[in-house]
Amino acid sequence: MSKDEVLKKVIDILSKYSKTDISAESISMETSILDDLKINSARLVDIVLDFEDAFDIEVEDDDADKVNTVGDGVELIMAKI
Amino acid sequence: MRNRVVITGMGIVAPNGHGLEAFESALRAGKSGIRLQPELEELKFGCHVAGVPENIDELSEKYFTEEQLFAMNMSIRFACIAATDAWTDAGFAMPAVDSDDVDWDTGAIVGTGIGGMDLIGKKLVPFTNEKRVRRLGSTMVEQIMASGISAKVGGLLALGNQVTTNSSACSTGAEAVIDAMFRIRSGQAKRMLAGGTEEASVYIWAGFDSMRVLNRNHNHEPERASRPMSATAAGFIPGSGAGLLMLEDLESAQERGARIYAEVIGGAVNCGGHRMGGSITAPNPTGVQRCIRQALGDADIAGTEIDAINGHLTATFADPHEIRNWATALDIAPDKLPLVNSTKSLIGHGLGAAGGLESVASVLQVHKGFVHGSVNCEDLHESLEPFAGSIVQETREFADLKVLAKASFGFGDVNACVLFKKWED
Repeated sequence: MSKDEVLKKVIDILSKYSKTDISAESISMETSILDDLKINSARLVDIVLDFEDAFDIEVEDDDADKVNTVGDGVELIMAKI
Repeated sequence: MRNRVVITGMGIVAPNGHGLEAFESALRAGKSGIRLQPELEELKFGCHVAGVPENIDELSEKYFTEEQLFAMNMSIRFACIAATDAWTDAGFAMPAVDSDDVDWDTGAIVGTGIGGMDLIGKKLVPFTNEKRVRRLGSTMVEQIMASGISAKVGGLLALGNQVTTNSSACSTGAEAVIDAMFRIRSGQAKRMLAGGTEEASVYIWAGFDSMRVLNRNHNHEPERASRPMSATAAGFIPGSGAGLLMLEDLESAQERGARIYAEVIGGAVNCGGHRMGGSITAPNPTGVQRCIRQALGDADIAGTEIDAINGHLTATFADPHEIRNWATALDIAPDKLPLVNSTKSLIGHGLGAAGGLESVASVLQVHKGFVHGSVNCEDLHESLEPFAGSIVQETREFADLKVLAKASFGFGDVNACVLFKKWED
């Protein structure tokens, strides 16, 4: 799976949790999940569970804690698939 | 300080209708919301029927975003739909999600009896037992904490005053209305959204079925199953939904030109102490009578000034006792009892939501001047014969309806009585 495909899937997952409407064009690898996408910090737990299901991977708690930007999520997934 | 308190908005999600218009028509027409629930039969319950609001998934999608729905169990959905309706009915716009404005003058008391059980039974307990705690995600606590209900409502409406969930079994919803009245009366809030919610769940109803307090004799005719005051009453029918009322300081309501449905002129809550015939499951008659008298005293009116009673009246053995308690408390002869009805005959017993659902029914009746028919008591219980003239079986217009007493009683020997008065300038 290419990085672009992973990014697209990640954005789909994040959009479920965002309090604002997310458009794919406005999101870059540097976009902050909590600040820019207005996602409640508690939902990072659910986002990581969704990553696991969507990409059939397992994410250790320590790795999950390091996810702050969209790019962090994409890189984490790329390293595991 | 004793500010006058009025009702300026209402929201209802009932088994026989969503929204005030549909609910009022259902009440007037005697439309039942009790239907066969195949799941109850499959699970070998004695009672196979219940009152469950319809089309909730469609309504939820219409009312809420995917993000909002992510952590909304059914009792919270019922409450949030009713809260949205009551809020807009009172004349307010829904706050923008990206606005930082907080309404410090408005709070919410949204009660529940046993809310959240479905998620506990279907996810929390099995996942935990299967050692899959990690897979529970972030949303368990906010949905199973009792106050998860009021918490969600508070966020939805950006409320900044007291936001809490009360719980006192089947008197919960009425207690919420009374607590809200006192808070506004004493000047601590300008507006309080108050009432109750209860989800439809086999895990809530199982314990009642096991106690054999649910009617299991009318599974073949659901609409005839909820039979308050009937000689063939054989237990209550479980119900669910949410009923919320916007209580408001009269001055605030008049300043903003709000439509006023009724005034909340008095109320009282108490407990019978599980003595003098009372127990964890049965009311102490002295406690019930004191509660009603206290409400009258709070409103400074006489028992003879009550025009109608929306009873607790669940269709258990307690109905005749309740009617006698009303007559004793109001200090009037049986043939002088005000008109009485039971909304549970149409929607079942909404448990923690009952007082909220039935308060909405009560205020609609006061506002519109009618008393809805209490169905399924054509075979009136013999000990209620002396009161037969007061028990309303067919809906009737009642333009002179001024004061209606609404009471709810609950396990724990707890009582609540609230008095609604027709609004006249």
